[in-house]
Amino acid sequence: MDTSMTRSAGPAFDALEVRSDFPLLSETIHGKPLVYLDNAASTQKPRAVIDAVSNFYCHSYSNVHRGVHALSVRATEAYEGARDTMRDFLGAADRKEIVFVRGTTEGINLVAQGMTGSMGPGDEVLISGLEHHSNIVPWQMLCERTGAKLQVARIDDSGEVDLDEYRRLLSPRTRIVAMSHISNALGTVNPVKEMIALARAAGSLTLVDGAQAAAHMPIDVQDLDADFYTISSHKMFGPSGIGVLYGKQARLEALPPYQGGGDMILSVTFEKTTYNELPYRFEAGTPCIEAAVGMGVAARYLMDLGFDRIEPYESRLLQDATDVLRQVPDVQLIGTARNKASVISFTLGDIHSHDVGTIVDSEAVAIRVGHHCAQPVMDRFGVSSTCRASLAMYNTLDDVKRLAEALHKVREVFRL
Amino acid sequence: MSDLRELYQEVILDHSRQPRNRGELDGESCRKANGHNPLCGDKVTVYVDVQDGVVRNLTFDGVGCAISTASASLMTEALRGKTIVEVQRMFDEFHALMTSDDATEAEALGKLQVLAGVRDYPVRVKCATLAWHTLKAAIDAGKDAEPVTTE
Repeated sequence: MDTSMTRSAGPAFDALEVRSDFPLLSETIHGKPLVYLDNAASTQKPRAVIDAVSNFYCHSYSNVHRGVHALSVRATEAYEGARDTMRDFLGAADRKEIVFVRGTTEGINLVAQGMTGSMGPGDEVLISGLEHHSNIVPWQMLCERTGAKLQVARIDDSGEVDLDEYRRLLSPRTRIVAMSHISNALGTVNPVKEMIALARAAGSLTLVDGAQAAAHMPIDVQDLDADFYTISSHKMFGPSGIGVLYGKQARLEALPPYQGGGDMILSVTFEKTTYNELPYRFEAGTPCIEAAVGMGVAARYLMDLGFDRIEPYESRLLQDATDVLRQVPDVQLIGTARNKASVISFTLGDIHSHDVGTIVDSEAVAIRVGHHCAQPVMDRFGVSSTCRASLAMYNTLDDVKRLAEALHKVREVFRL
Repeated sequence: MSDLRELYQEVILDHSRQPRNRGELDGESCRKANGHNPLCGDKVTVYVDVQDGVVRNLTFDGVGCAISTASASLMTEALRGKTIVEVQRMFDEFHALMTSDDATEAEALGKLQVLAGVRDYPVRVKCATLAWHTLKAAIDAGKDAEPVTTE
């Protein structure tokens, strides 16, 4: 266990103090104080991240890895410093294993694209029935290119992956298993460590979509023994447009380059190009430098707060929030897994989620309504869409009570 | 922000709960088109029976929010018996009602004017216009439109 995750065994977690670090949370919407409960879609940014990006532009901006001038050195140090922070954040063994990508979606595509040449008919990719479209479509495309087959381990009525079926579907044909750490649609926390061990025993590679996990729980890729683990900055209080793909060094080395261009080469002639070493081999072109710097600051901010304090607070909040929403007549929870984080998905009578969304927005409560980029999950529960409240560490039970009041207003408008 | 009561008027709630002309159409002169809003997953199928340039019958089916269901229901009521020329004119007027701030309250739209409140909610305009665009697709495609099957 990385000690940086647990070092802040300080006072109890103070959500209101944390909230004061986030300028946007003081906004008023339609003349009312904002309640932001759409954190699974994207999180707000603390002052530290906003300032870091601004300061980088004001004092350090230049391209990276190119110039000999002072600013280029400064920018490169900031960018590479962010890589070191992300190595700490994910518990990776080596900074070479931290590849900056645009986000989780690109991380998954990089791996799926890279496996094209080594797969063919008879091979299989195994995913779970909980996945976000970004952890379905790249694998479907890989299967279309190679003739491999996509297998899906179903979920049960509570929204948990059926582990018996998962075990049955693992076979010597399974080349890679891709699973979310936390479901964005239902909040189910998958037993990824166990699932990875089973996949490894079957001889398969593993990729974890950690987009929903990074803001809510400590991640230790070595403890999980994942071959690949990928996260998005914007879902963990950092800037959008940047993320990290972690890959074990040997696994990354086995993948061909993803995109060709500058920075990913050692030498280029018209006859032959020698590719750069890890991780630069996968970082063609000028990256989103300022966002990477901001992501590093967001990760540092989270590590300083300490997941040992964040996690118990959020776990209690989720439980209390669930109780509050359950008391609203006609609320039907979708997804009741034993181990959940952040997300409460629900329907309200037979009122369509978009009508709910519009009315609660008039009360300045921001929730997500729709299919949450997880249509197969919606199909599984026989609904076309749900309402989703997703919590972060800066939310309080008062936020959830404001949502409950807004839901009463929806019932009033619809005369339920 | 305008009052929610403007948006969710009694007529709209009524038509969303008890949609008129819901169901399929079947016949030689019937056409259908499927409409889909990928943002929210709403799906509507519009069935139209056009004979001699006149909408003889018009129905719809599908799942959607209160606004899209009520809009489809009200549309089927409003356009039955209209000529294709009249339908096109009402399509344009309805579109103006949804998108233009100073849309002249078109008398010809009659009951459809209850949907005027939608224009204050830009992200919901597509809900109200989905059935209309689907109808237009069915009519414009004419003989090329997907024929109604009863399979």
